[in-house]
Amino acid sequence: MSPQPEDEIIRKRQRERAKVTAILLGLFVVLMFAITIAKMTINQ
Amino acid sequence: MTSVPLQHDESLPADWRDLLALTKPRVMSLVVFTGLCGLLAAPAPVHPVLGFTAVLCIALGAGAAGALNQWYEADLDAKMKRTANRPLPAGRMSRQTALHFGVGLAVFSVILMDLAANHLAAAVLAISILFYVLVYTVWLKRRTAQNIVIGGAAGAFPPLIGWAAVTGDVTTLPILLFAIIFLWTPPHFWALSLFVRTDYANAGVPMLPVVAGIESTRRQILLYTLPMIAAAVAPWALGLTGWIYGSASVVLNAIFLVLAFAVAANKATESKEMGPEKKLFAFSIIYLFGLFAALVVDRWMIA
Repeated sequence: MSPQPEDEIIRKRQRERAKVTAILLGLFVVLMFAITIAKMTINQ
Repeated sequence: MTSVPLQHDESLPADWRDLLALTKPRVMSLVVFTGLCGLLAAPAPVHPVLGFTAVLCIALGAGAAGALNQWYEADLDAKMKRTANRPLPAGRMSRQTALHFGVGLAVFSVILMDLAANHLAAAVLAISILFYVLVYTVWLKRRTAQNIVIGGAAGAFPPLIGWAAVTGDVTTLPILLFAIIFLWTPPHFWALSLFVRTDYANAGVPMLPVVAGIESTRRQILLYTLPMIAAAVAPWALGLTGWIYGSASVVLNAIFLVLAFAVAANKATESKEMGPEKKLFAFSIIYLFGLFAALVVDRWMIA
């Protein structure tokens, strides 16, 4: 049975949102690391 | 009046571009700029990473407020040409998604601000989001023609937040920066509401031109321009800034005043004949950018 066009749109949006979420989470990790280093630098 | 479906297919996840549109990126640019200027004008050095994070939090907080505003006003947006194609009135997203996104982003921005800057900046950021959503959107906008006057305070917080993020306190200059945006908001929005008033009238929003009439609005624009000019010149008059800000302020305010007089003198009632109103609206954006840019250049030259 071939997938309905509606299903394809849902999968496409889920894939795109997953990619954007992954990129944002990666950037958040980098930002938290940078904030930690910056705070340590100031305290020294 | 535009009629647009508010229904959304619940099984269809929202497009990430629509979530981005929910944050009103164009409005955010002015908020980010004034917040950045408040941060750069503060009399203390700031670590670039912490400064960037503070500005990011201001942007996220503004985005959250914009998302919650659209969540609450979906019915109103559907009735206005200018806003009918937004994700909620166009039926591209469920209201619940917008609510979750807005609340999540607001909480995240305040917590991150607290971690990167200090309690005061985080508290003022939280107050500004709550003020925009609860006081302006929920309480005032549909009830009084003074919605813009009081609600304008929400958009005036960013330079205060930027300053507080660096210094941990609030002094005369950031309060004056708050006052400038607070007093700038009525002439800016009333100029816009004059040439899109039929949209507001159709949606039942009691904007000043709809409630008090066109002539009264034009007079109010001129009246509010005067205290705005006083607030804009005050940082220089009080010796808090130098000649760069002073001269930029005098020139920008003189142009604003001339345009406000042109609006007051205009007798046209048709939108297409409202050239002075359109000019004032366009210039008011340049005015705010110019004034805050001059402030930063002035403070950095003195430093």
